[in-house]
Amino acid sequence: MYKIVKRDQIADNIFEFWINAPHVTKTGRAGQFVVLRIDENGERIPLTISATKGDDVRIVFMATGKTTQQLAAMQVGESIRDVAGPLGKPSDVKKWGRCAVIGGGVGIACLPILARELREAGNDVTGIIGARNEGLLLLEDELRDACDELVICTDDGSKGHHGYPADVLKEMVSDQILDAVWIIGPAIMMKITSLATFDSGIKTFVSLNPIMVDGTGMCGSCRVTIAGEMKFACVDGPEFDAHEVDWDELMNRQRTYTGQEKESLEHYHEHKCHCGDHQ
Amino acid sequence: MNRRPVEERLQDFDEVATGLSEQNAVLEALRCMECPRPLCVNGCPVSIDIPGFINAIANEDFRKAAHIIKQDNMLPAICGRVCPQEAQCQSTCILGKKDKPVRIGALERFVADWERENGVETPETAPATGKRIAVVGSGPAGITAATECLRAGHEVTIFESLHAAGGVLTYGIPAFRMPKDIVQFEIDQVLALGAELKLNHIVGRSVPVDELLAYDAVFIGTGAGLPYFMGIKGERFSGVYTANEFLTRVNLMHANKFPEFDTPLIRGSRVAVVGGGNVAMDSARVARRLGAKVYLIYRRREEDLPAREEEVANAIQEGVEFVCCANPTRILGGPQVQGIKCIRMEMCECDESGRPVPRACTEAGSTFTLDVDVVIEAIGQGPNPLLAGLIPDLKRGKRGTIEVDEDGRTSIPHVFAGGDIATGAATVIWAMGSAKKAAAAINKMLAEN
Ligand SMILES: Cc1cc2nc3c(=O)[nH]c(=O)nc-3n(C[C@H](O)[C@H](O)[C@H](O)COP(=O)(O)OP(=O)(O)OC[C@H]3O[C@@H](n4cnc5c(N)ncnc54)[C@H](O)[C@@H]3O)c2cc1C
Ligand SMILES: Cc1cc2nc3c(=O)[nH]c(=O)nc-3n(C[C@H](O)[C@H](O)[C@H](O)COP(=O)(O)OP(=O)(O)OC[C@H]3O[C@@H](n4cnc5c(N)ncnc54)[C@H](O)[C@@H]3O)c2cc1C
Ligand code: SF4
Ligand code: SF4
Ligand code: FES
Ligand SMILES: [Mg+2]
Repeated sequence: MYKIVKRDQIADNIFEFWINAPHVTKTGRAGQFVVLRIDENGERIPLTISATKGDDVRIVFMATGKTTQQLAAMQVGESIRDVAGPLGKPSDVKKWGRCAVIGGGVGIACLPILARELREAGNDVTGIIGARNEGLLLLEDELRDACDELVICTDDGSKGHHGYPADVLKEMVSDQILDAVWIIGPAIMMKITSLATFDSGIKTFVSLNPIMVDGTGMCGSCRVTIAGEMKFACVDGPEFDAHEVDWDELMNRQRTYTGQEKESLEHYHEHKCHCGDHQ
Repeated sequence: MNRRPVEERLQDFDEVATGLSEQNAVLEALRCMECPRPLCVNGCPVSIDIPGFINAIANEDFRKAAHIIKQDNMLPAICGRVCPQEAQCQSTCILGKKDKPVRIGALERFVADWERENGVETPETAPATGKRIAVVGSGPAGITAATECLRAGHEVTIFESLHAAGGVLTYGIPAFRMPKDIVQFEIDQVLALGAELKLNHIVGRSVPVDELLAYDAVFIGTGAGLPYFMGIKGERFSGVYTANEFLTRVNLMHANKFPEFDTPLIRGSRVAVVGGGNVAMDSARVARRLGAKVYLIYRRREEDLPAREEEVANAIQEGVEFVCCANPTRILGGPQVQGIKCIRMEMCECDESGRPVPRACTEAGSTFTLDVDVVIEAIGQGPNPLLAGLIPDLKRGKRGTIEVDEDGRTSIPHVFAGGDIATGAATVIWAMGSAKKAAAAINKMLAEN
């Protein structure tokens, strides 16, 4: 059992949890994730390690479906049945030179830990974050502190640059020398944003989020195609070269259980009202 | 083996094979001739004193029978159920020459079940030595190694990456063949001896390699969990599963009880399982229980099926349709599965193992299509590469196994390995046998220094 030591809502429908999990924090690095299971009836879901402090790991998630909504309803002092990790390979942190770290939506949560590690390795780091509107932006102060420079974008212009991180990246690519780029967010955002560096050949990493079960390389659910080869995102990734990813395949596979995910959420809401506890 | 009727068992995941009654067990035991040079023992990979325990059953001293078995096999309730007995102990029983062999597996299961119901004797443990041992993986190999080291008085920590212990016994073999309460009972026995079990710990990640190597001895039993793919077109469609994924979703995550349990699964109304081993039979029989029409596609002939005879018979009874001498060439559809295209295979001259080599037929009309919406690939698994690949200086075999000597020693002096990670995908009893040898070598090494 892994205790929730702190919990906050940090943006519209986005939550920050600190969970006591010393086995994760001991070696957990940027780019890695945990797999958690709330209770005996729960599914296993992957969530990125957003920060660590002592024995506590931070996760930031959007309450979209059954599991994340159930998680969002949990309180400080309650425990999560299982937290496994750290899983996946750490980000390729070394001295690149000038780096840009780009986050879309809840993917922004992955940036502070990455920016800090990159700066410690002697890089100059620009952060670019984007969300549909101001209410969905998160971790701004923390990121301003972690990066050398921070650019904010909103689709509706409610804050910062009116437009997408891709526009900002495009300008950076033509203006100055960039040595490495990380893009983390929804698949479609990563696909489109990474087009900005395609011609320049700038090393561009994306963190893939296919559907996972074990997260240890045992089931093959998370298989993705990278440069024509099959890889397991949970052990070979989750970060890969953006320009080698088969995006359509990834997005198709992400939609595999759309119908059942809806059913699961409805079932949760029905039962929640009757018994209060979904056991 | 007595089985529950097909119509009944297709409705649930309860055990198919029913055990022997006390009376029938004694009658069966009386058939044994107590051979002075028992051939059956040669057929058992861990050389259980078979006539010895059968004689105790004949004398109705079941406690003694359990005691005899447990000297060589810590998990009789499991082996009595899943050992390929017809190819091992029972294949060499002298009675099999003229009549039916003694039902050794059923008797072993009877004894184990009797003992579980009547109270298990806790094995004696040596005084504490203060030595610390890390066991990686809680499958049959890890459980066995842990038990043997605990009995020698060492402190044992078992690390398991999943949220439940048992390895393939828990996530792979379905409950209708390997009831989960029995697996849990066996694990509880090890814990009762004082083992510390750390779930959700991935060694190599949660436990860094230098921390692992700091233990006085290490046993690696990480298994052969890496699923292989056929490498044909269409494998990335939604609805294509590896057997590992399909079985894990059902056995470990209980997707058969969705939405009461959260994990989803495409049930499929028509399912094709590719492969011919135990894993394929298990997948096909699970799919039948989820209500699908099931084809099992195998590239050789029915008589070449590598699965246990009993499981093939069960699958046939349960209505699995066998499509033998056929091989898939591509999966049709996109993004969902809509069918599977196959080619007929002809059997050519035998290879060194004596099995005919299948070759694709070339004449026109040799291809056909099955209309399915789920495909399950059960064509084999390789050694788990994660941890083995992270330990510097650990020598690996050709196909990614960890290289060991007869006593399970690896190229690093205080690191041992056993089970599927050392042998490649094998059986429960082989995993146990190799783990037992490795544990003996660990205990000897620690006694000497
Ligand atoms: C390596 C990795 C890291 C991730 N990190 C984060 C994070 O830091 N914050 C965050 O909010 N989300 C993250 N995700 C996505 C997160 O796992 C899903 O949002 C979550 O599983 C949704 O569960 P649900 O039951 O609430 O929603 P559902 O309604 O069940 O699913 C909503 C969508 O989430 C995806 N999803 C569902 N189940 C899984 C699964 N088992 N594995 C992966 N994706 C799934 C599917 O595309 C699905 O359509 C990450 C995914 C991966 C693979
Ligand atoms: C579906 C199926 C049916 C089968 N049917 C039969 C049968 O009828 N009869 C028979 O005799 N055999 C059968 N087998 C084979 C048998 O189950 C295996 O040979 C046996 O389980 C191997 O035992 P093991 O302990 O070596 O590995 P496993 O049982 O695979 O256990 C390995 C464990 O190690 C854990 N692990 C891996 N890496 C790490 C890490 N880095 N850190 C922590 N933990 C880790 C895994 O999660 C797993 O729990 C079957 C196999 C399958 C898949
Ligand atoms: S362990 Fe397996 S092979 Fe040995 S006697 Fe028992 S059933 Fe037979
Ligand atoms: S070979 Fe058969 S008859 Fe002889 S001791 Fe073994 S089980 Fe009994
Ligand atoms: S999630 Fe199972 S192999 Fe990656
Ligand atoms: Mg879900």
